[in-house]
Amino acid sequence: METPLTQNVHPVAAPPDRGAYERAGGYQALRKALREMTPESVVEEVKGANLRGRGGAGFPTGLKWSLVPKDAPHPRYVVCNADEMEPGTFKDRVIMEGDPHELVEGVILCGYATGADAAYIFLRGEYKLAAQRVAQAIAEAYEGHYLGRNILGSGYGLDLYLHTSAGRYMCGEETGMLNALEGKRANPRAKPPYPPVVGLFGKPTTINNVETLSNVPHIVNHGAEWFRKLSRSKDGGTKIYGVSGKVKRPGWWELPMGTTVREILEEHAGGMREGLRFRGLLPGGASTDFLTEQHLDVPMDFTEVQKAGSRMGTGTMIVMDDRTCPVGMVWNLTHFFAQESCGWCTPCWSGLAWAERILKAMEEGKGQPGDLERLEFQTKFWAPGQTFCALAPGAAEPLQSALKYFRDDFERHIRDHGCPWADGGAG
Amino acid sequence: MATVYVDNRPYTMDDRQNLLYGCLSLKMNLPYFCWHPALGSVGACRQCAVKQYKDENDQGGKIVMACMTPAAEGTRISIEDPEAVAFRRAVIEGLMLNHPHDCPVCDEGGECHLQDMTVMTGHDYRRYRFEKRTFRNQYLGPLLNHEMNRCIQCYRCVRYYREYCGGGDLHAFSINHTVYFGRDKDGVLENEFAGNLAEVCPTGVFTDRTAKQHYTRKWDLQMAPSLCVHCGVGCGTTVAERYGSVRRIVNRYNSEVNGYFLCDRGRYGYEFADSERRIREARGNIELLKAARGGSAIGIGSPRASLESNFALRRLVGPERFYAGMAPREARLLALILEILRGPARTPSLREIEESDAVLMLGEDLTNSAPRMALSVRQSVRQKTLAGAERLRIPRWMDHAVREFAQSDHGPLFIASAGATRLDDIATRTFRGAPRDLARLGFAVAHVLDARAPAPHEIPDGASEIAGALKEAARPVVIAGATLGSSSILRAAANIAWARPGTGLAFVVPEANSMGLALMGAPALGAAMQADGDTLIVLENDLYRRAPAEEVDRFLARFRHIVALDSLGNATTQKAELVLPAATFAEGSGTFISSEGRAQRAFRVLAPPAPIQDSWRWLANWGGLDEGIAEIAAALPQLAAITRAAPGEEFRIAGQKIPREPHRYSGRTAMLAQISVHEPKPPADPDAPLSFSMEGSPDPPPAAVTPFFWTPGWNSYQAVNKFQEEIAGPLRGGVPGVRLFEPVEGAREFFAEIPQPFEPREGEWLVVPIPHIFGSEELSRESPAIAELAPPAYVAVNRAAADQFGPEAEMLGRRVPVRVASELPDGVAAIPAGIPPFEGLELPLRTPIRRAS
Repeated sequence: METPLTQNVHPVAAPPDRGAYERAGGYQALRKALREMTPESVVEEVKGANLRGRGGAGFPTGLKWSLVPKDAPHPRYVVCNADEMEPGTFKDRVIMEGDPHELVEGVILCGYATGADAAYIFLRGEYKLAAQRVAQAIAEAYEGHYLGRNILGSGYGLDLYLHTSAGRYMCGEETGMLNALEGKRANPRAKPPYPPVVGLFGKPTTINNVETLSNVPHIVNHGAEWFRKLSRSKDGGTKIYGVSGKVKRPGWWELPMGTTVREILEEHAGGMREGLRFRGLLPGGASTDFLTEQHLDVPMDFTEVQKAGSRMGTGTMIVMDDRTCPVGMVWNLTHFFAQESCGWCTPCWSGLAWAERILKAMEEGKGQPGDLERLEFQTKFWAPGQTFCALAPGAAEPLQSALKYFRDDFERHIRDHGCPWADGGAG
Repeated sequence: MATVYVDNRPYTMDDRQNLLYGCLSLKMNLPYFCWHPALGSVGACRQCAVKQYKDENDQGGKIVMACMTPAAEGTRISIEDPEAVAFRRAVIEGLMLNHPHDCPVCDEGGECHLQDMTVMTGHDYRRYRFEKRTFRNQYLGPLLNHEMNRCIQCYRCVRYYREYCGGGDLHAFSINHTVYFGRDKDGVLENEFAGNLAEVCPTGVFTDRTAKQHYTRKWDLQMAPSLCVHCGVGCGTTVAERYGSVRRIVNRYNSEVNGYFLCDRGRYGYEFADSERRIREARGNIELLKAARGGSAIGIGSPRASLESNFALRRLVGPERFYAGMAPREARLLALILEILRGPARTPSLREIEESDAVLMLGEDLTNSAPRMALSVRQSVRQKTLAGAERLRIPRWMDHAVREFAQSDHGPLFIASAGATRLDDIATRTFRGAPRDLARLGFAVAHVLDARAPAPHEIPDGASEIAGALKEAARPVVIAGATLGSSSILRAAANIAWARPGTGLAFVVPEANSMGLALMGAPALGAAMQADGDTLIVLENDLYRRAPAEEVDRFLARFRHIVALDSLGNATTQKAELVLPAATFAEGSGTFISSEGRAQRAFRVLAPPAPIQDSWRWLANWGGLDEGIAEIAAALPQLAAITRAAPGEEFRIAGQKIPREPHRYSGRTAMLAQISVHEPKPPADPDAPLSFSMEGSPDPPPAAVTPFFWTPGWNSYQAVNKFQEEIAGPLRGGVPGVRLFEPVEGAREFFAEIPQPFEPREGEWLVVPIPHIFGSEELSRESPAIAELAPPAYVAVNRAAADQFGPEAEMLGRRVPVRVASELPDGVAAIPAGIPPFEGLELPLRTPIRRAS
C-alpha cells in the first residue's frame, strides 16, 4: 500500500533535511513543473487527479486554482492554511513536523500554477515544533534556490513566509485567516468576492490546506491517473485518517481515500478499550455530525460520509464510548464553539452562548422542560446561509446529531435533574 | 431600475442597491441594526432576514439577508413568510439576551432603535434564564457617555469611528458574546466626529453626555429646524428645548449638506445659550435706539447674525452708514470669494465634495476650519477604489468587501497647508509652506493645467502631479479658504478651477453668515473706524475679536453713545451704554448663507422670556420675519432668492400650523401649574409656519420646516428613512435651502498677481492662525463641554525653533507656552485662532518672537 504523503515521516527521528528530502526524490516535481510544464498544465494535472481540499470542505483543488482570473493583477498570493485548530484534528501536524519540505514544495507548485508572487503558511500558534521545522525547511529551500527570485533558473520567483497565529479558531476560516494575516480582527469576510478575486491585501489569493498542498508534488511526479488509483473512491489519493477517544491504539494512518470507518476504527485503532462499548463518533473533527453503529461500513470520503448524514471533515475521528456522557461531550464542544465565535453575527455569538448555558445547566441538573426544543431551534437557527460563516453551522452538527441519536440521554438529564454519568462513570 | 417582488407584489427598486435599501426606500418596515445608510452593508446582525425564492414556482425559498442581497431584476422575496418572521424574532431575542432591562433609566429610551425593532419583530418575552454578561464602562470625555452593558454588538460604532471618520482610538476588543467597544484605556475620544456615535449607536451605549446634564425624553422635547451657528458650512440641526432651556442638538438630515452627521462643535456647542453670561435684560435707555434713526448713528453688522438682523440694522442707520463688522482683511477675502464665484466654477455641496474623485486643499486644515466638510473629503478619497470594486462587480454598498479590496489605497487628495492637518493620514501627498508658497504652488498647478494661466518663475515640485490628478478626475474639487488670510491662495484656487473646467471650487468662510454679510456688500470695520457719528450700534459682534484692543478702544471712545445687541456679555457690550438682549439660535429665526452659497432658514425652538428677542425685532418694526425677508429681497437683488429658502409663515397643512412638539408631549397642562393652574395659551409665532404646540397636522411637513423626524414605530432618529424620497436621498418636499450662486458661462481672465516666495527674516516670524474645532469659535467656546476641550494660548513653531525658544516664548508683549509643530516651515509660527489673548489680532502678521527671559 502506497503512502506517498507520509513516506518520509518517522515517528521519532527528525524530519528529512533538504539533502535527505532531495535524495528521497524531493523537489523533482518542482524541477519537472518548472522545466516541462506550463502553469496551466499543472492546474490541469491537479484537476485530473480529483484532489479535493483536505481542510474539511472538500472543494476540488484544481478548480480552485483555476478561479484566479488569467488577467488577475499582481501581486498574487498563496496562503497555506496550517491553522489546525479543529478539535480532535492532528493530521497537518504529522506532515509539518514529519516532512516539512513536502509542504514547502507543494506551496511552491501551487504558487507556480497560480502565478503567485508570495506565499504564506499560516500556522497554528501552539504548533511550536512545526513552526521550528517549517521555518528550517523554508530557509533550506531558499538556500537550494527553490524559493526567491528566479527559482532554479526558470524565471519564476516566489517568496514564502511563515506566520504563526496568535491563536483563535476563527483564523482557520479562510477569510478570517486573511484578515488575521493583514493584522486585523479574524472576522470572516463576506463572499462574494472570493479570495481568488479579492483575497489577501485585496489581491488574488489561493488558499489551501497543508495536506492538500502536500499531495501536489506526488501528483506532478506520478501523474493524475496514478493519484486517482491510490484511492478506493472517486476522490483521488490517500488520506491521513486519525482516531482519538478510548480506543486501543489512538493515532493516525495514511490510507487509501474511501477506507471504511470500520476498518480504520477496528483494524488500525484496534477497536474500543476493554470494557467499553462504541456509541458513536464524529468522523472529521468537532464540527461534524455523529455517526453511530449503523454507519460503520461507510467509506470515509467526501461523498459517502455526506450521504450518511455527516461530513468527512478533516478525517480525524473522535470516538465516544458508553461511559462518556453525550450531553457532557456536546457541552464541551459547544463550550469551545461558543468561546471561539468571533462575535460578528448574532445567531452565532448569542445563540452559542445560550446553547452552551443550557447544556451546562443540564449537566448540572438544572435542565428544564423546553430546553431540548430550544437547542433544536438553535441548531436550525445556525443553518448555513443564515449565519455569516460556517462556524455556527459546524457547531450545530454535533449538537443536532446528538439530539437525534442520544435523545434519551438528554431527556434523562432533565428528568433526573442531573447527569447519570456524574459519579465517575465518565471515567 | 429593477422589478422586485415582495410578498408577490411587484415593486420598482434601484438595481444598484440592495434589498434592504429597496424595501426601506419603499417605506416598508424591515428591521435592521448593523446596516446604516452612510455605512453600507456588512451582514453582521442578521436582523433584516427575508425569504428569497428562485422563481415564482419556488415554494421553499431560503433565508437571505436583505442588506447583503442585490435588488436584481426579478428577485422574489417575502418579508411576511413565517420562517423569516421567526428568524427575525430569534435574532432580536439573541440580541436581547444580555441587554439590561434599564429602558426607564436609559437616555436612549423613547428614541431607541433597539426598542423600535424589538417591538417591530414582536419579541416580548424573555426566555433566557441565565446570567447576563456585564462590562466596566469608560470615561470617554465630556461629550459621550458609555454604558457597555447595553451593547448588542452591531459594530456600527467602530465602523463609523474607524472606517468612516478615520479615528484610531475606538476598538472592538475580545470575541464571542463579550465583544467590548471602547478605548484601550479611559480617555477623551480623539476624533472630531465622535459625537455622532450618540446617533449611530442603535441603543444606549453611546449617549449625549451634555444632554444628560439636563435630560428630557425625546417625546417631551419641543423641537425646531435650525442651523448650526459655529462655522460657515451651514449644517442642519434640530434644536430641542423644555422648560425654556436648550436640552440638546441632534443632526437634521440634509442630503446636500451634512447628511447624517454633524461635527462635535456643532452638536455640543449649544450650551452657551444657557450660559451665565447671557444677557437677559436690557441695560440703559431704550430711547437711544429711537434717536439713532435720525442719521447720526452708524451700524456695525455681524457675520454671526442673521441676514434679517443685519438688514434691520442697515435699514435703521441707512445703507451708507452700515458696516459689515468683519476685519478689513477678512472682508477683502470674502469680496474676492464672491467675485470668483460669479465666474464659471461651481461651489460644490458637501455631497458633491464627498463624491469628488480628486481633491486639492489649498491652505486649510479643514477638520478645524470647516469640520463637516473634512468628513466629506474623507469619503471622497474612496471614490477611486469604489469604482475599482465596481469593475470587479463588488457593489458600492457591500462595505467591507469594498474596503478589503481597497485596503489602504485611496485618493487622490493633495493637501497644501502651513502645518499638519487632520486629513494628512489619507493624503496622496502633503505640501507645507508659508501662505504665499502655497499660493505659488496653486498658481503653478493652474499653469500646468492651462498654459494661459500665469506661472511662477519656477514650477514647484508636485504641481504636475496635482495637475495630472485633477485633469484625470471626472469630478475634481479645489478647496481653499479665508483661514490663512491670503488672497493669493484664493486667486490661485480660482485659477486652477478655471484652468480645468468642471472643477468644483469650495471656499471655507469663517462664520455662519460670513457669506450673507459679504453679499450685502457693506464696507468693513476698517471703514467704520474712519466714519463719524454720534451713536454706534453694534450688532451681535464683539469688536475686540475683530481688531486689536487699543484700536477698538480708540474707536469706541469717539462715540457719545454706544448701543450693543448681543446674547452673551463680552468686551464690547461692557462698553455699551445701551445693551439689548438678543436671541440666540434657540430663540431667534432668520436666514443664513452658507459657504456653498446656500440660503437656509433657521427657526427658533422657543419664545424667549421678554425682553430677549431677535435683534431684527429690536431694530425693525416688521410684523414678522417674512416682512423682513421680503424687504431684503426687494432691496438686494443678489439675495432675492432667499424668499424660497423655506415656506413662509402663512404656510399651512390642512389649515394648521406644524407642531414643534411631538403628539406625546407630556405635562402641557401641568408644567406651569405652580404659577397658575390655568394652562397658558401657547405663544404665537408670527415668524414661522410652526406652532409652539403639540397640536397640528400629522402629515409630514416640507423638509425645510420639519421640526423632528418621527413616524409610528420609528421613534429613533432613523425615522428619517420615512422622510426621504429614497434612502440617503433628498428629503420629500425638496432639499432645504436655495443656492444663490450658479456657475456663469464663459471663461474668466486668470489672476496674474503671483506673490514672491516667502523669505524668512532673521529675528522676525510670520505668525499664522491655527484654527481649533474646539476653542476658536466665539460662541461654542462658552459651552462647558467644548471649553473643556479647547487648548490654552500657545505659539507653535517647528522643532529647531522650539529648541531655540525653550518652554516659553515672548511675543507681542506676552509670555506664551511653546508647542512643537514639526511641519511648520522655517520662519513661520502659528497661534491658535480666536483664543485669548490674541483673539483680536489680524493674522498673519510679522513679529519678533524671543525666548522668554
